[in-house]
Order: sequence, then C-alpha cells, then structure tokens
Amino acid sequence: MDFSLGEDRQMLADSLRRFLADKVPFAVRKTAAFEGQGWSREIWGQLAELGAIGALFGEDVGGFGGSPFDVAVVFGEIGRALLTGPWLATLQAGHVLAAAGRTDDLAAVIDGSQVISYAEEEADTWFDPAGITTRATQSGEGWVLDGAKTVVAFAGSVDRLLVVARAEAGLSTFLVERDAPGLTVRDYLLIDGGAAGDVAFAATPATLVGEAGSAGPVIEAARAWGLVALAWEGVAVMDALRDQTLDYLRTRKQFGIPIGKFQALQHRMATVALEIEQARSAAINAADRFSGTRVERERAASAAKATIGKAGSLVAEEAIQMHGGIGMTWELALTHYAKRLVMIGHELGDEDFHLARYIELGHELATA
Amino acid sequence: MDLNFTPEEEAFRAEVRAFLADKLPVRLSDKIRKGQHLTKAEHEEWHAILHARGWLANHWPVEWGGTGWTVMERFIFETETALANAPRVLPFGLSMIGPVLLKYGSEAQKKQWLPRILDGSDWWCQGYSEPGAGSDLASLKTSAVRDGDHYVVNGQKTWTTLAQYANMMFCLVRTSTEGKRQEGISFLLIDMATPGIEVRPIKLLSGDHEVNEVFFTDVRVPVENLVGEENKGWTYAKYLLTYERTNIAGVGASMAAFGELQEIARTQRRNGRPLSEDPQFAARLARLEIDLENMKTTNLRVLVAAGAGAAPTAESSMLKIRGTEIRQTIDDLMRRAAGTHARPWLPESFEGGWNGEPVGPEWAGPVATHYFNDRKLSIFGGSNEVQREIITKAILEL
Repeated sequence: MDFSLGEDRQMLADSLRRFLADKVPFAVRKTAAFEGQGWSREIWGQLAELGAIGALFGEDVGGFGGSPFDVAVVFGEIGRALLTGPWLATLQAGHVLAAAGRTDDLAAVIDGSQVISYAEEEADTWFDPAGITTRATQSGEGWVLDGAKTVVAFAGSVDRLLVVARAEAGLSTFLVERDAPGLTVRDYLLIDGGAAGDVAFAATPATLVGEAGSAGPVIEAARAWGLVALAWEGVAVMDALRDQTLDYLRTRKQFGIPIGKFQALQHRMATVALEIEQARSAAINAADRFSGTRVERERAASAAKATIGKAGSLVAEEAIQMHGGIGMTWELALTHYAKRLVMIGHELGDEDFHLARYIELGHELATA
Repeated sequence: MDLNFTPEEEAFRAEVRAFLADKLPVRLSDKIRKGQHLTKAEHEEWHAILHARGWLANHWPVEWGGTGWTVMERFIFETETALANAPRVLPFGLSMIGPVLLKYGSEAQKKQWLPRILDGSDWWCQGYSEPGAGSDLASLKTSAVRDGDHYVVNGQKTWTTLAQYANMMFCLVRTSTEGKRQEGISFLLIDMATPGIEVRPIKLLSGDHEVNEVFFTDVRVPVENLVGEENKGWTYAKYLLTYERTNIAGVGASMAAFGELQEIARTQRRNGRPLSEDPQFAARLARLEIDLENMKTTNLRVLVAAGAGAAPTAESSMLKIRGTEIRQTIDDLMRRAAGTHARPWLPESFEGGWNGEPVGPEWAGPVATHYFNDRKLSIFGGSNEVQREIITKAILEL
C-alpha cells in the first residue's frame, strides 16, 4: 500500500505551486477573481504550457496524465492558490469530448487555444440531469438548441460550450460556439470569485458530440471526474484554512495570552483537524475507486462529495469563528478560502444530494 | 497511490481466514455474535488457541514469542478476527504490561513474567485510575513506602477492568510527594493474593459487572516487583498509552458490527418496508457507512506512515475519537432499529446456554445494553476530550 503521489506527480505539483505562488499571489488573485471576467486568460495559457490541462487527460486522447490522482494534483494546487478559471468545466467537457473520440477538439482545449465551458445545469434540474429540458432538434444536417442553462462557468468569456440537451432519443451532448446565433449570455460574478452566466439558446446551431440519446453514462462519468477534482480542491482549501487558523491561534493574544491556550478553541481546532483528515481519506477513496465498477466509482464519488460538503461547512465556519471580527473582513485571505470551500458544496450536487445518491447506489449494490 | 494489499498480504489474509475457519470454536463466535458474555475460561481458551499457533503476542519481538508481523499484517489479523466474531484478545497482559516490561523491565522480570502472559498463567489488570485521579492521572495518591525489601502499599484504585479474574496487577503508586507530581510515581507489579487487597465490584448502568474498585491496606510488595527506577513510573505509564495504538480505531470490530446492522436494516420492517428504505434511517446509515469508509482509509494511511517509521501522536488520537464515535453510532442505530423491543431487559439472556424465549427479534435483546455499555468508549483510554488536547498540543505547538 502506498499513499504517496509518486515522483512525477510531485514534480507536477511542485512546478504548478511555484508558478502560482510567483504569478498569482493572493493579492493578484483577489483582484483578478472579482474584476472583469473573473479569471486571467493569460495565466490560463501559461498553465496550459506547464501541462496543467494535459494532465487531466490520458495519453490515448492527447493528454499526458489522465489518472484521477493527476486530477487530484492539479485541483489540489488550484485550491491552494484559490485560482479562478473554467477548470472544472474543462475537466468535464474534456472527458465528454474524449469519450466521443473528438481528439482534435480536445487538443485545442489542452493547448489552451480553445477555452471551453460545460453547460448541464438548469434552473430546475437541482443537480439531476433527469430534469434537463433544453431541447435539441435536428435541422437539416445539423442540430439546433432551444432552452436555457444556469450558472455556466465563465459563460461570458469562453470560446465554446459543451451543452447537455434533450433530443428525441434522450440526453445528448453538443458543442456550441460562444458567438453562435441565437445564443445569449447574462453573466455575473460569483460570491467566491470568478464568474458564470445564464445562457439562453434560441434555435442555436450545435454540433452533436457522440451519439444522440447516449449521453447519460458519459455525463455521469464526467461528473465523477468533477467530483474527484472538487474533493481534492476542497481538501487543499481546508488545509489552507487550518494552517491560517492555527497561525492565528498562536499569535493572536487576548486576556494576555495566545487564544490557542483556551481549551474551548483547542477542542474546536482538534475537531477541525480530524474532519480534514477524514475528508482527505474520502478524496483518496474517490480517486482510487475509479478503477472499480461504475457503482463503486459513483458511490465513492458521492461519499467524497457528501463528506467534503459536511466537513467543508464546518471547517469554513470554524475558521471564521476562531478568527473573530477579523474573520469577517474582505481584507483577510482566509475569508476567501472559506467562501470557496462553502461554495464547493454547491457545485455538482450538495451534501444532501450526494447522501441520497449514495443511498440509491447502495440499493443498486444490494440488488445487483 | 496504491490502496491495494500486496499479494503477500492477501496470502496472509487467506492464512488467517483458514486458521479462523479451522480453530475458532463456533461456540465462542456464536456468543460474540449474540453479544453474550464470555466466561473467564472462554477468554483463556481463545488465548490458548492463538498461543498454540504462535499468534497471541503478534506485536512482541520474535525472541520473546512474538510474530514479527508488519503493522499491515497486524491490521489484517485484527480485522479478520473481528469479522469472524472471534473474542478480542484482552489487552492487559499482552498489550499493556508486556510492552512495558519489554522496554523497561529487567531481564529477570522479562523471564519471569512474559512467558506467563503467553501461556495464560497470569491474568493481569491495570491499576491506574483512582477516585480522585481520572483524566488527571498524575494526581494519584495510592502510596508505596519502602520498608526493608518491601514496599507497603495503601490506597484505592478504581475502574479496574476484570480485576475479579486477575491474579496480578500492574499499578501506579506514589513513592514521593516532592517536586512535580509526575516525578513521584512508581510502577509496581502486585500479586492480587497478597493480604490487604480487597476487590469490590462496580455495577455499571447497563447492569454489567466489568469493572471494580480495589482497596489496598498495608499490602507488602517485594522490591523486585518495581519496574525500572523508583519515581520514573510516569514515563513507563505514558509509554504504555502511546504503544500499539494503530488498532485503536477498532476498524475490524466496527466493520463486523456495521455488517450486522446493515443486515438488520434490510430485514427489519417498519411501516411495511425494510428499515433500509426508511429515509431517516437510511440517511443515518449512509452517514455512518461513509464515516467508516473514511476512517478505514485514515487508519491505513496512519499504518503505512507508522510502517515507514513515523510515530503517530495526533493521528492516533484522531483514530481513537472517530473510532469510538463510529462504534457508538453503530450502537445507537442498533438501538433505534429495535424500536420498542430495545426496552425489555433479560440479563440472563446474556449468558451462554440461555434457552429462553426472546422478546421481539433475537438480535434486539442486547442492543440497549451495548449502547449504554459502550458509552465508556469515549471516556476510557484517555477520554475523547483528552485526545483533543493531545491533537491540539501536537498541531498547535503552543
């Protein structure tokens, strides 16, 4: 048994860490995340050169990684630096492209020349693709989309969208150009930095990706990739919050002594540390079970997301509480980590959603 | 990253399973499964079976009768024996006084006591806690005064587990009241048959008799029964608390108990459907299972680190806290699963050979007893609050 990431992944982690510490220190990040498009395309291009995008995909589809633990490394560093950008969307869309054999499209994503987002969720889907109503209809040689997607990552500033829509045959995936006719975006910032948008389609031309009606298992697997990514990003954010809070407990004095001397805070901190280690184990399990059956993979992914959701709220809330007044300020880096951590809980299904899903999958397992 | 056991480890697991299938008496595993009490003779029987195979002292050095197993092999052994409903190996001799003697005992003491632990000649109990010294163990008052070639011991110990069966006690006594409290404590080995010792049972809230009070009145203990140096006992006591804590989470035992709980949830019906399909119960069960899976991986991470030479401190405490919380949650869900049938109390049914008619399903008989009895888990072995102190001390470095 071996819980180390291995030399190659450690080297990737180190190089990403050095780059991000140098180019996107927190002061830069804070500005970039809340101004303009909420991310830096220039940094994106440089990270693509460093291999951060290619690491998310296997060699067979033009990447140079593609293990869940490669994804873990990249998203761990994203979390540590609190980097904004369409990373999660790229991971999900990229895996849909890869599954459909669209390696040319994927190659443009990997080298950073085409930035893609992923549009699955709608106002009423509540994390479940079963409720998708965006309609895809055949029109001559091609397809057109009608409907609307919500909170699509960086919808206002990417080049293309990978859209999940309902064709007559069932759920299907499509590539849509950002400047396609009939496509409108209302974009906005996000509470934890970065941007997203509501996207509306009115007879918008689209290119079918894969076979019509066969997207269900593909987008489920893409979500599993996303869940692994968010779990590792979440753990990295938790680590940062723990370290910053420990530092504060050591240095902040009240009643003449460091507040870390107070038992009430010590016990809260111990619980925080314990929950983070459990969350890390859940993230490891989620990545590891990719080598298992579909149900094993999905159950571990949902278990991780439920764990990260529960631990995330606790760690974020406790970090703010233990910082007292300063923990309420925009000024402090910690509060931005706390916001990110809580909002990770709102991506790709929250704690309750994944707990329910874990139960459902358990029934499948029992009757299999 | 590789979360797989090696082929050698899997072969070892198969060997353990084969041994259990062959040598674990169904009579004993049945009692464990039903939550019945083992007699003294039954505990000794299981120890003897393991000893005959050379697997009793699996964490001792080979030269003293240990197995030379890796931490991972020990984990596999603990897990498999728990899943097979084998009795647990009592820790007092093998995991408590044994390791202390191995590290701090004289050659004569090792030669005298270690073989007797293995062959079952001695049943040890632990004389640590006192009425005024629980979590604050260093405040203990039981005194030992040197008188010629004896120490004369006076005072009282409490919460002494299975002292009613023990013929020997390892005991922390105060030999000095000068300087720091920790520096006046010595570590004595006391023959329970010595005049002046009285053992009185403490009945627990669950009705069980597991723990005792032990009173000492002018008890004469030969000086050769002092372990290490006088007034250095605190060091030895602390060593014992940090030794062999890689199994502290009780993963195997919790996996076995969870398996039983799952089976009950699938078969027990409430409002016309299995309990596992009741949304409230299913959510509790799912949270528990996720916590258990997470802890299993955390435990393996700690084991791998320990195998590479790391000395887990904060990690052991985390495992103790979460391990006991999980076990208590299993007990809690068992109790909830039983509904109204958690209430009937038939203490005679906890003894082997009982042939009476259960009230409600048979499994429901002991669930409330276990629930109440296992409240101890977060209290003993360093309460979970003390464990939190250890964690913060390790990570806060204040």
